[in-house]
Amino acid sequence: MSATPVDPTDGSGLTSLMGEPERGRFGPYGGRFVPETLVPACEELEVAFTTAWADPTFHAELDGLLSSYAGRPSPLTACTRLSEQLGLTLLLKREDLNHTGSHKINNVLGQALLARRMGKKRLVAETGAGQHGVATATAAALFGMSCTVYMGEVDIERQALNVFRMRLLGADVKPASSGSRTLKDAVNEAMRDWVATVEETHYCLGSAMGPHPYPWMVRELQRVIGIEARQQCLDLIGADPDVVTACVGGGSNAIGIFSGFVDTGAELVGVEPAGGKAIGQGVPGVVHGMLSYLLQDEWGQVVEAQSISAGLDYPGVGPEHAYLADLGRARYEQVTDAEVIDAFQLLSRTEGVIPALESAHALAWVSRARDELAGRVVLLNLSGRGDKDVAQMMDILG
Amino acid sequence: MSADTGTAAATTPVGSLEAHLRACRAEGRKLLIPYLTAGYGAEWTRLIEEVAAAGADAIEIGIPFSDPVIDGPTVQLSTAAALRAGTTPGVVLDAVEGLDAGVPLVTMTYYNILFHMGLKRFAEGLTRAGISGAIVPDLPLEESGPWTTEADAAGVETVLLAAPTGSDERLARVCERSRGFVYGVGLVGITGERAQLAESATTIARRLKAITDKPVAIGLGISTPDQAAEVAQVADGVVVGSAIIRQLIDNGFDACVDFVGQLRAGLDRG
Repeated sequence: MSATPVDPTDGSGLTSLMGEPERGRFGPYGGRFVPETLVPACEELEVAFTTAWADPTFHAELDGLLSSYAGRPSPLTACTRLSEQLGLTLLLKREDLNHTGSHKINNVLGQALLARRMGKKRLVAETGAGQHGVATATAAALFGMSCTVYMGEVDIERQALNVFRMRLLGADVKPASSGSRTLKDAVNEAMRDWVATVEETHYCLGSAMGPHPYPWMVRELQRVIGIEARQQCLDLIGADPDVVTACVGGGSNAIGIFSGFVDTGAELVGVEPAGGKAIGQGVPGVVHGMLSYLLQDEWGQVVEAQSISAGLDYPGVGPEHAYLADLGRARYEQVTDAEVIDAFQLLSRTEGVIPALESAHALAWVSRARDELAGRVVLLNLSGRGDKDVAQMMDILG
Repeated sequence: MSADTGTAAATTPVGSLEAHLRACRAEGRKLLIPYLTAGYGAEWTRLIEEVAAAGADAIEIGIPFSDPVIDGPTVQLSTAAALRAGTTPGVVLDAVEGLDAGVPLVTMTYYNILFHMGLKRFAEGLTRAGISGAIVPDLPLEESGPWTTEADAAGVETVLLAAPTGSDERLARVCERSRGFVYGVGLVGITGERAQLAESATTIARRLKAITDKPVAIGLGISTPDQAAEVAQVADGVVVGSAIIRQLIDNGFDACVDFVGQLRAGLDRG
């Protein structure tokens, strides 16, 4: 075992995974780099979340929704055929089985409840693959709020089904037509909308990124994945897994499952797309309200990520991942689109589970690293289901 | 600071933004601060000189950034075109160094440009280029410390934005730390032309004038000479960006300069 258990109280800074990060920082990363107009809204949100998160009534409401509406707890599936094929024990945390088909609903239900507490009548969101947009549109319908989702023009094309889903749910889907016309630009448009409508609108950010308090708040709302998975592992195998892995775009599903195991001996492995390896590149920068690792050119212009998966097509990464990488508590691997396509088919054929292309990144790494992982217990966060990707894969596989 | 004395302007070089603006104000002149996008149009440097000659009291020079979150479609169009034309921060600073605009220059760009170049290097680059101040719209007060330390050391005046959403207590802290002038955000939103002047423009002007003696210029959404004059009844002046860029896009160089002249005349009429 390479990683030793970390004492969360030893002053090493890891307390950021245990509680609220002081001043919104994860080591040097994070912060609140937003236009002046938004500073009071971020402060209001921070106070509202801090209050709600300490309030049993809020937790009762959220837990009730997560179980009766979203279908939690999500199961843990032990893969038999694939485990045998890879020579390891593969456990899947089945976030794909949540209502709306991914982990995104955990975060969105929490933020929608919070928005209602703050008296906001409208949700605005960005989406890449459409999973967060669908989840936000769903919550807006449930709470009777109006909803605008920004989506890159390129993604609108490759995720037509999710666009229709959002519209069916009553959301207004607006194209982001600037820049790379993908997730990064959808975030820009959502922030511009929020700047103009901040008094009545809550920005329902979809990942553990952006200005404080979002990286902290979204991690807390996704922590349920890690808490459940740890108990499920204990129940199933009587121990913590040796390795916990998840795909990383902004990094919310990964931080959610990591937060359940950061104080164990489990090795934490985030998997980035090769064309969007913010951590792999290792150059810090500031965009979308946060200081973190960021793909950029020699002058600090943000470079467009390239990934087969719209949900990971993002040049930055949540600040807590940057910090975990620096500390060496988590490591970050990169996989290519070709490896992802193979993994997508592999899981479909051996386990009868069609993964989201995003989640297939984590499996692509496990498959590649099978020798290193031989005989070990690997917990993989299957963050979403692949229904939305079937049309795209049909084009690719012919 | 030296700018507090009314006679400072005579002995302070044009390089000092606040001293210059205070001196203009002391003469009863309303401040006109046009925004221009560096690298947009082949003659952008000459445009800076012409706009200065048309009645600007200082000029805001936008250094294009890939992700301009506070900018609306008009400024986005110009900065994206400038980026496509190969405009880098280095190109901008080199080009401005050779200019003789005759009024103080202020850059407006996003924090990652400064951060990536290195804060000290960026601050010194501005000084070398003869640029007096810097506006960094995604760097609010709480995050500004590392930059203002370097900017202050290099003699670069950091202009902070004061928004309608801020409490009185917050506006006071922003005014206290702002240098050069206080940039009052005229509306809750992003940059862009507006048919009507937002009520928030005069409201924020009044709130700021009540708490600071520093020059107060209002920007965002000020699109016509009449709107500029209306805001300047309360504020010390205006920043006009999108409406000027719109002229440049639609009607070209001369019309753009002419429009700045009209803004000047509007402010002078009062």
